[in-house]
Parts: sequence; structure tokens; C-alpha cells
Amino acid sequence: MADQKKLAIIATKGTLDFAYPPLILATTAAALDYEVTIFWTFYGLQVLKKERNLKISPLGNPGMPMPVPMPVLVQAMPGMESMATVMMKQKMASKGVASIEELYDMAVESDVQMIACQMTVDLFDFKHSDLLDGIEYAGAARFFEVAQEADISLFI
Amino acid sequence: MADTTLDAKGLNCPLPILRAKKALKSMEAGQVLAVEATDPGSAKDFESFCNQTGNELVSSSEENNIYHFEIRKT
Repeated sequence: MADQKKLAIIATKGTLDFAYPPLILATTAAALDYEVTIFWTFYGLQVLKKERNLKISPLGNPGMPMPVPMPVLVQAMPGMESMATVMMKQKMASKGVASIEELYDMAVESDVQMIACQMTVDLFDFKHSDLLDGIEYAGAARFFEVAQEADISLFI
Repeated sequence: MADTTLDAKGLNCPLPILRAKKALKSMEAGQVLAVEATDPGSAKDFESFCNQTGNELVSSSEENNIYHFEIRKT
């Protein structure tokens, strides 16, 4: 479709909570007939890993609702990150929120194009074989080629 | 009368929209998809979905916290 709307997203975050916005927006835009491209860079690459281990951290995030008030030093204790992650996943499942795995698969199914930033892949010593199949590897110039055609560009 | 029904109860954003899109894909133009959802955001979302995709929102209502939508595929 020549008049198809286009969305370009740069996804830079690698925590469980912030893996959601790019994937929710990408899948929804695809459902609205947008052609969607996500350029994953820096910590965003964690979302592309075959063995994903996305976590959530209450540390440095005073906006995160806690079941009980918790001093920052307690939040820094070993095991707190894993506990927060388990609790968040349970909460999400109970509220009918899709998992990252589901959303990513739905994005791929609806032809969302995934581009991984080759520079940060090198920087973090990731191998292409560590990341999922069907990903293009490119740099900033490639993003601009996509973004100049896009109706909407988002940096997340 | 709906040609296809979709139970999206208990699902949260953006799943009701994604499931509806998928259901519409396998339907013929002119057929009606009935959706039931519990996400309070879905009332506005289905309106926006139809506005942007050109499908017709035939009806939208809520009863006992269940939202009912009828969408005619164009």
C-alpha cells in the first residue's frame, strides 16, 4: 500500500516494565494498519535475546507502587530485584496483561520490522546468534532512512 | 446478528484490539464481529480503532462492567 502509514520507534530500555511500551505501541499500530519498524539499541537489545531475562528494579524508581513502604537500602538487598520481578509478573498475569514473549511474537506475526543497532551489539559483546532470528543489523543511517518516511517517530 | 464473536473478557490493553484485528482478518467484508471485553479503556479504544481502520462500529454498550461492541468489516 503506497499510502500506508508508518511508525518508527527507537527502543533503548532493557527492563521488564520498559520492554512494554515499544511492543504495545508497535503491535497496536500494526493492528491499525501501520507499517512498523523498531530500532533496538543499548539496553533495548535485551528484549531481542533468545534467552530473555528481563527484570524490574524498584531501585531508583520512587514511582513504583510497593505493597508495603520499603526503604531504599532494603530495596538494594540481594534478591529484591528477583522478588520484585516475580511479583510484577504475577500482577500482570492476574490483570490480563500480555507477557513480553506474547507481545513480541504478535509483533513479528504482524510484520513489525526489527532492527538491532550493530554498534551496541559489538559494545556489549553480543553475538548475532544470541539474538532472535529475523532481525536486521544496521546503524543510525538506516534508522534515518526509516524515520524520514515515517508519519510518527518515537524514542522510548 | 453477529457472524463471529470474540470473548476478550479479562484481557487488558492492547490484547482486545489485537484479537479483534486478528478475528476481522479472517472475516468477509460486510460481516459483523461481536466483542465482549472487561477493559474499561476498550470503549474509547474500539471507537478509535474503527475510526482509523475504516471498519464500522455498529454498536457500543456496557452492562454490569462488560463492554459489548459490534464491528462491521468494510
